[in-house]
Amino acid sequence: MAAAPEIVPYSQVRHDLWRPLAGVSRRYVAVVSLLLAITLWGLFCWGYQLREGIGVAGIRRPVFWGFYIVNFVFWIGISHAGTLISAILRLTEAQWRKPVTRAAEAITVFALMIGGMFPIIHLGRAWIFYWLIPYPNSRLLWPNFRSPLLWDLTAISTYLTGSTIYLFLPLIPDVAQLAQHATGWRRRLYRTLSLGWTGSDREWHALERAMKLMAAMILAVAVSVHTVVAWDFSMAIAPMWHSTIFGPYFVVGAIFSGIAALLIVMSIVRKAMHFEAYLTPHHFDNLAKLLLLMSLLWLYFSFAENLTVWYGNEPKEMNVFGVRTRGTFSIYFWTMVFCNFVVPFVLLGIKRLRSIRTATIASVAVLIGMWLERYIIVVPTLAVTRLSSVSGGYSPTWVEISITTATFAAMGLLYLLFSKLFPIVSVWEFEPHPAEED
Amino acid sequence: MAIDLDRCTGCQACVAACHAENNLPVSDPESAAKGRAFHWIRVDRYYEGEFPEIRVKYMPVLCQQCDEAPCEPVCPVYATYKNEEGLNVQVYNRCVGTRYCANNCPYSVRFFNWFDPKWPAPLDLQHNPDVSIRMTGVMEKCTFCIQRIQRVERSAKEEDRPVADGEIQPACVQSCPAEAMVFGDLNDRESKVSRLAESGRATRLLEDLGTRPKVFYLQKAE
Repeated sequence: MAAAPEIVPYSQVRHDLWRPLAGVSRRYVAVVSLLLAITLWGLFCWGYQLREGIGVAGIRRPVFWGFYIVNFVFWIGISHAGTLISAILRLTEAQWRKPVTRAAEAITVFALMIGGMFPIIHLGRAWIFYWLIPYPNSRLLWPNFRSPLLWDLTAISTYLTGSTIYLFLPLIPDVAQLAQHATGWRRRLYRTLSLGWTGSDREWHALERAMKLMAAMILAVAVSVHTVVAWDFSMAIAPMWHSTIFGPYFVVGAIFSGIAALLIVMSIVRKAMHFEAYLTPHHFDNLAKLLLLMSLLWLYFSFAENLTVWYGNEPKEMNVFGVRTRGTFSIYFWTMVFCNFVVPFVLLGIKRLRSIRTATIASVAVLIGMWLERYIIVVPTLAVTRLSSVSGGYSPTWVEISITTATFAAMGLLYLLFSKLFPIVSVWEFEPHPAEED
Repeated sequence: MAIDLDRCTGCQACVAACHAENNLPVSDPESAAKGRAFHWIRVDRYYEGEFPEIRVKYMPVLCQQCDEAPCEPVCPVYATYKNEEGLNVQVYNRCVGTRYCANNCPYSVRFFNWFDPKWPAPLDLQHNPDVSIRMTGVMEKCTFCIQRIQRVERSAKEEDRPVADGEIQPACVQSCPAEAMVFGDLNDRESKVSRLAESGRATRLLEDLGTRPKVFYLQKAE
């Protein structure tokens, strides 16, 4: 195990963590260009969809919602990585959190930016999405506050604003330090972002208070956001959507996939930036245990949800239950159970097997499983309607698949650019400081 | 509206009439196979018994104009709402295309414009000037032929008289050769449709959901 960062002198820490900011390697350029190309292709596909009509996607009657909504829920879920985890760790004053929080908070902001795009991509007339916003308009029209979609818009824009602030606050002392050492446009950028930070006692206290306050508030917002996303479904009277358990079920699923995303990002950052001394097996071990816990919680919720439907044996619900577990969608269902429970349970539950590598493998499995979970929730309910005369399958087209792929590329791209501009591990938190001691 | 299932022969005249009246786009076989055909009214078939002793029952299904319409509260922009006459109306210009309403409709009677509508020649020359053509990305559904309702109400107002029972005929009602469909004012207890709705032969579709549909299906009580 590498030396704990606390023992390393602060100047060394700063040197290590700033190192990735300087210079651009050929590999970095290659990866960025590839991701950029995929992202642009996705944007092109969206343009094509706007021009031709949403019909270029595979959605149809009665499956009016498809990949876009699945991706929406998935990315909003991923966004729970950051804020929630870092806020919990910050509030409980878990000391091991320090190298983890910024990486997590950045995931939140980027995943939200991507996830928040999907309801717009999904719209039939995306160019007038702002009609959902209660802005003053000449016809004095209000949006419909009874609609869960409006709650959604409110929740997500609040969350995006909040988590951006939450990412930004702990960044201020870092950019202020960077501003002293950088030159050229970087210096101007860091100086602007540091908001005139001088490092006085008053500023430190204000910052500490602001971070505490934001951590507490962002927790409530994060929980409410995914609850509201769940309500998009459970407020409908469709079989197996109309479930009281959906709010907490979705929150648990979101935290679950969020931790998985964080573990993957951390292991990539560790390897690519040689942060072995900062992101230690200790961090991975702690997060892996958290992932295992969430896996069990997820299993509990899924079991409760499905058992009550099966036991209640209501025909309409059982139709959906049937196609999920035994019919067309059963392969996705059982793959989901395998990825979300069996893999993490075996790899992380058995202590001998738990390592950085297995935690990463389990995390990839969880992301696949959680994506499938959203697919299992969205599509079968719509495919099986109440009147037997209307039914239909769903298969995505190349447009939906391209846009979906592009969002993963966009996530990588945003992350790479961010980590080139800002230290992905918070530097100042390693500095022994009076504000920390009291 | 009341629909007598014992009279319905499943001839689909209502479907054709609705298409012509309401400027419904015509689907080609490929898009129909993709589930993208438009039929504001459709005829569902239910089979009773085993072949060869089989009986087919037909049930025309259109927007049920529910009093407690599940499609209405979920629309974020009020594109679907209840108008003063109790009709569940769809405002095409306001619709942004979230498609939530269609997901929440237990009768699956809502249709989405996946593309700009197309009509093969010469059908593009026979549009009904009283009905707007819907653009890409908006939802649409049966309106109970609101243009016909308004026309009759307007002329009744000009002539300073009440609308007579049976004077308003949506295209499906007008075209039904078996006269299985009756349209009228449910608030008027003397109207034909009110009497049919209270006749004891009337049931409503998926009534247990509490949507309070305004379409009554009549059939012989078993």
